[in-house]
Parts: sequence; C-alpha cells; structure tokens
Amino acid sequence: MIDFFITFLISLFTYLFLTASSGEILGFWSTLELSFGVALSIIVALLATRVLFQKKSYRMLNPLRWVIFFIYAFGPFFLAMAKANIDVAYRVITGKINPGIVKISPNLKTDLGVTLLANSITLTPGTLSVDIDEENNDLYIHWINVTTLKPTTKHICENFPQWIRRIAE
Amino acid sequence: MSIKIVLGLFLGIGVIFNCLGSIGLLRFPDVYTRLHASTKATTFGSIFTSLAVVIYSLYRWSSLGDSKFVVLAFHTIIALIFLIITNPTGAHAIARAAHRSGVLPKQAVIDQLKEAKLK
Repeated sequence: MIDFFITFLISLFTYLFLTASSGEILGFWSTLELSFGVALSIIVALLATRVLFQKKSYRMLNPLRWVIFFIYAFGPFFLAMAKANIDVAYRVITGKINPGIVKISPNLKTDLGVTLLANSITLTPGTLSVDIDEENNDLYIHWINVTTLKPTTKHICENFPQWIRRIAE
Repeated sequence: MSIKIVLGLFLGIGVIFNCLGSIGLLRFPDVYTRLHASTKATTFGSIFTSLAVVIYSLYRWSSLGDSKFVVLAFHTIIALIFLIITNPTGAHAIARAAHRSGVLPKQAVIDQLKEAKLK
C-alpha cells in the first residue's frame, strides 16, 4: 500500500511541476488541471509501482538519507566535478593523455549504490565507468591519465564509496 | 546592473566549457577519451547556462511578479536534473557497447577489462 502511495505522490508532484502556469489554486493550477492530474497519477501509480519498488526495500524513504545525498551532491561531488572540468580543459589544450582501463572493487552491495558510484565516477576527474562485473560489483574504469598500474578506490574516486554507503545501503 | 555581470559570467563559463568539450571531441584519438571530453565538459557547461536562465527568470519574477517566469525557472531546474542523471548514464552505455563490440582503447598502457573476459 505504501509503495502505491509513494508512486502516486511522485507522479502527482512531477505533473504539478510541469503544468504550473496560472489558475485559482495557489495561483499556479486550475481545478480541472488538478483533478486531471490526480486521475492520471492514480493510473501511473497502478502501472509503475512494480517498477519503482522492485525489491520491496523501503530504506530510501528515510529522509536522513536524502539529507546526506544533498550534502554529498552540493559539497564533495560538485567540487570534484569542477576539478574534473579543469583537468579535461588542460588535456584538451595540451593533448597529454596516458589512458588505460583499470579495475576497482568498491564493495558496494545494492544496485542503487553501484549506479550512483558509477555516475559519480563518470562525472569526476579523468575517469569514465565502462563495465560492471555483476557478480561482485567490481567496476572497470577508463582512466585518462594512468599513474599506477595497481590502483585502489582512493586513486579513482577519493572517498565517494563511504558517502554512497551512507546514502544507499 | 550587477545582474547582467552575474548572467554574463555564468553564460561565459558555460559556453567556454561547452566549446572545450567540442574541441576535445575533435582532438582526442578514440571513443573513450572523446567520451571524457563530451560528457564532463558539456554537463558542467550546461549546468552553468541553465543556472543563468534560472537566475534571470527569478530576477524578472521578483521585479515584475509575473508567474510565467517562475514556471520557466521550474522547467529549467527539471531539465537540469534529468541532464545530470542521463548524461553519465548515456556515456556509460556507449563505452560499454563499444568495448563489447571490440573497440579497444588506443595508446592504452593497461586494459584489465580485456583480461577479465566478462560475459
């Protein structure tokens, strides 16, 4: 029941965001628009509940995880992304590259955690996630400037795995 | 007056990084290094151009009070969120597909993925 309700709320909020213009409800929506949105959201929730809660795990409903997520996104992640862009700019201008594909074992267990880490790695300095070993969640990373042939997670993504363990596991 | 300086700064940073991404796309030797240039630089550049739109629309809203500017800001923020989610995911899909179809990285000093032989 709770997963149906959450899916309903998410789709309703998305609908309200996208249709906000002018009207009598709070100055943004008309009554017809709002009732139509509720009806559509019920249909979407009926269809999509199974997709959103595939493993029947409700740990992401804890608001503390989302607070940590936003601290992570606007703090260390944004800083690393700015550094990444200066690094890319330097390599575009000078053309100095020393690429290679290396393996790291971040020891994350959940699908969401691995997805978050892989996307963070792609957007941070000099690294791009290429493939995943789905048995033990090892990541294969294309590294544009290989400095050591036996890298640890520290070389590739600083302390991101600790942050992500707090967010998603 | 100062709003113009802020907007110019944000648009300038965004355009410079998008431009560097395009140059990198032409300059780098193979698909993986090109993906580096195109994903990182264009995501960062687009964040700044979108932020300029958000700041402009919030400024116009505070001075004119017309709700269509808030709507513009909302829509830009949604576009930005989906850009940040889909850009690295798309890059990962391209890189994975390239390596599985046998495109090896040029000038590579090490390739542990080829050694691992994943199914």
